[in-house]
Amino acid sequence: MNKIKSLEDLRKMKQNLEHGMNIREKSNEPESLVQIRVAMATCGIASGARTVMNTLVEKIEKEKIPAVVTQGGCMGYCYAEPTIEVRVPGKDPVVFGYVDSAKAIEIVEKYIVNGELLDGIIPTNYKTINDKN
Amino acid sequence: MAQYKMHLLVCGGTGCRASESEQIVENLKSEIKNLGLENDAQVVTTGCFGFCEKGPIVKIIPDNTFYTQVKKEDCAEIIREHVLKGRKVSRLLYEDPETQKHIEDSKHMGFYQKQMRIALRNCGFIDPENVDEYIARDGYAALGKILSEMTPEEAIDILKKSGLRGRGGGGFPTGLKWEIASKNKADQKYVVCNADEGDPGAFMDRSILEGDPHSIIEAMAICGYCIGASKGIVYIRAEYPLAIKRLKVAARQAREYGLLGEQILGSDFSFDIELRYGAGAFVCGEETALIHSMEGLRGEPTVKPPFPAEKGYLGKPTNVNNVETFANVPAIYLKGTEWYSSIGTEKSKGTKVFALAGKINNVGLIEVPMGITLREVIYEIGGGIKDGKKFKAVQTGGPSGGCLTEKHLDTPIDFDNLIAAGSMMGSGGMIVMDEDDCMVSVAKFYLEFTVEESCGKCAPCRIGNKRLHEMLEKITSGKGVPEDIEYLKNLSRVIKDTSLCGLGQTSPNPVLSTIENFYDEYLAHVTERICPAGSCKALKLYTIIADKCTGCTACVRACPVDAITGEKRQPHVIDPDKCIRCGACYEKCKFTAIHVQ
Ligand SMILES: Cc1cc2nc3c(=O)[nH]c(=O)nc-3n(C[C@H](O)[C@H](O)[C@H](O)COP(=O)(O)O)c2cc1C
Ligand code: SF4
Ligand code: SF4
Ligand code: SF4
Ligand code: FES
Ligand code: FES
Repeated sequence: MNKIKSLEDLRKMKQNLEHGMNIREKSNEPESLVQIRVAMATCGIASGARTVMNTLVEKIEKEKIPAVVTQGGCMGYCYAEPTIEVRVPGKDPVVFGYVDSAKAIEIVEKYIVNGELLDGIIPTNYKTINDKN
Repeated sequence: MAQYKMHLLVCGGTGCRASESEQIVENLKSEIKNLGLENDAQVVTTGCFGFCEKGPIVKIIPDNTFYTQVKKEDCAEIIREHVLKGRKVSRLLYEDPETQKHIEDSKHMGFYQKQMRIALRNCGFIDPENVDEYIARDGYAALGKILSEMTPEEAIDILKKSGLRGRGGGGFPTGLKWEIASKNKADQKYVVCNADEGDPGAFMDRSILEGDPHSIIEAMAICGYCIGASKGIVYIRAEYPLAIKRLKVAARQAREYGLLGEQILGSDFSFDIELRYGAGAFVCGEETALIHSMEGLRGEPTVKPPFPAEKGYLGKPTNVNNVETFANVPAIYLKGTEWYSSIGTEKSKGTKVFALAGKINNVGLIEVPMGITLREVIYEIGGGIKDGKKFKAVQTGGPSGGCLTEKHLDTPIDFDNLIAAGSMMGSGGMIVMDEDDCMVSVAKFYLEFTVEESCGKCAPCRIGNKRLHEMLEKITSGKGVPEDIEYLKNLSRVIKDTSLCGLGQTSPNPVLSTIENFYDEYLAHVTERICPAGSCKALKLYTIIADKCTGCTACVRACPVDAITGEKRQPHVIDPDKCIRCGACYEKCKFTAIHVQ
């Protein structure tokens, strides 16, 4: 290990290291963040949910978007998989269907960052897994 | 570097390791490998989550799923279900004691909702054996900032403004203590971290050292810079092997990065630490005794003044602080005095860590803002009294403290209010008692401890506490007389006023405070000879209710001392002089004919 020779070096080092801890920091304050839940049940995985998840994680990490990506189980929309649920603080949760990597990026850029409405929303009077409890 | 989508935090604290959490780490890792998820999920060993009683704990990030009592056999399921398919393993989730519902994540657990983590900020969050994780959370940044931007005076001033007071029991203002040590001129000074932690049931200092050792090292270095000391010593009890190991690993890593040693972070400040092991005597936590013990002398207290800040280790100015006190220091410099002093009450700033124990649903290590009420701690964090029993009292301050009762439930907890209520903060023990606990026995328990731990140097403590204990023994065994209560009070006052060190000066507190708050209970013991809580065995009276007794003789056969007599199919009687109150007859009688009082 090299010695850290100044406060400047320490700060640089921190910047390189904090990346790996980001997900933990974010989960510390989930309410203030956009929460994206990717359905990862059997059919979701079969239809590429894992790729979508990876794309989302990389995207929000790269652009430092205050969001956290979690995986959820079956949401009951097998026909529209992969589906993701997006909760922007202060807004009702929204579910998008048939999400691929390109769509995922569009959701982040347009819906989450700019607050634009997008197509692909599964119309719902639906309850999330959380609300059911 | 891989961008993990999930972190699996496994508790590596003493409690959870005792139930094989190391094996859990291995099993989680191997299942991750089996399923080819190495780039998705990372397993991290952390310090204590404070929920040791329900350990081993596995927490999944980012959804904050909190798995309790995980067994090594559960690991494959956690990976296959939760990590792969996003389905929580509900049988491992925490169950709310009131609603019996499984709670999905730690943010919704009453145990955590009212907590505020400053001293424990990294416990259960980072890998204590990985300095990089500490640095990623701004570790050593406070030290760096102080070394490059502040004079010692400026740094001390910040600490004074923050209002931080010592967490080792006394509550002395930390900034002021540093200032005194800094003003005493000497060729060598010392920074000592008091990790003796002798209170029965206390484990906050251990948890901090196990879960976040770098924060203590950083704070000791800051203290060294402020008071002008280049040497630090951690006095730690030898029976804390894991804390010792983590501290050693942390010190080695800090040295490798140049965060300990010569010219730290390119400044001209040099500082290093060493460890000294205590044999675990309670009195060695008293700072003068601790210093003598480090000097190789007997661990006995001496009269203050001189205070350690004037003449301490090897006669040099020495600043002694408690582990938890130190753990707060870096956070104060990073986030500022305004932030810190906005937390807590007027004269007690910040938070306090308590070891919550006793007749309560959630026991564990908690950190709460000063000023929180007992009610919040017991009913919200603690989840209420076990088995729906009635709350009776809370003991705080360990063997030096006293108890708080129903009428104190809404008193904001801080240094001064606890003293006003006849107890004290102490190091943070908090034992909840219910209707089945006898307060005379509680006092006796603490006196037993004090008698055991008194160093014997001065007579009031050595002999006086023994007499107190004998008197309590007499009362609980049903031989007390009403005058005994006055005797206890008088002797207590003498011991308090004439003992040499803090141990003796505070040891009668449990007696005085229980007499003050539960006078009737003492009285019942010495006049009616009954124990209202029904806990003093010698005061139990077993009688047979003639109307209910069928004369089946079951009890006669159960009684080990032949105390029960009677004709077959006739009501039986118990001879109270022979009866040894074992309860065997009570268990055996099918007709509830035996009455206990
Ligand atoms: C009998 C006795 C036992 C003590 N045990 C401890 C202990 O285990 N840990 C501790 O930090 N302070 C203990 N203290 C308090 C220390 O003497 C000292 O006040 C403290 O370490 C100062 O640190 P602080 O200002 O950060 O609280 C004890 C005091 C007495 C009288
Ligand atoms: S008060 Fe007790 S522990 Fe303290 S010096 Fe006297 S005998 Fe020793
Ligand atoms: S066991 Fe109960 S009913 Fe039977 S003789 Fe004893 S007291 Fe009477
Ligand atoms: S309590 Fe024990 S000793 Fe007393 S009468 Fe019953 S069985 Fe015998
Ligand atoms: S399994 Fe995919 S929606 Fe049910
Ligand atoms: S040791 Fe694991 S939660 Fe405390």
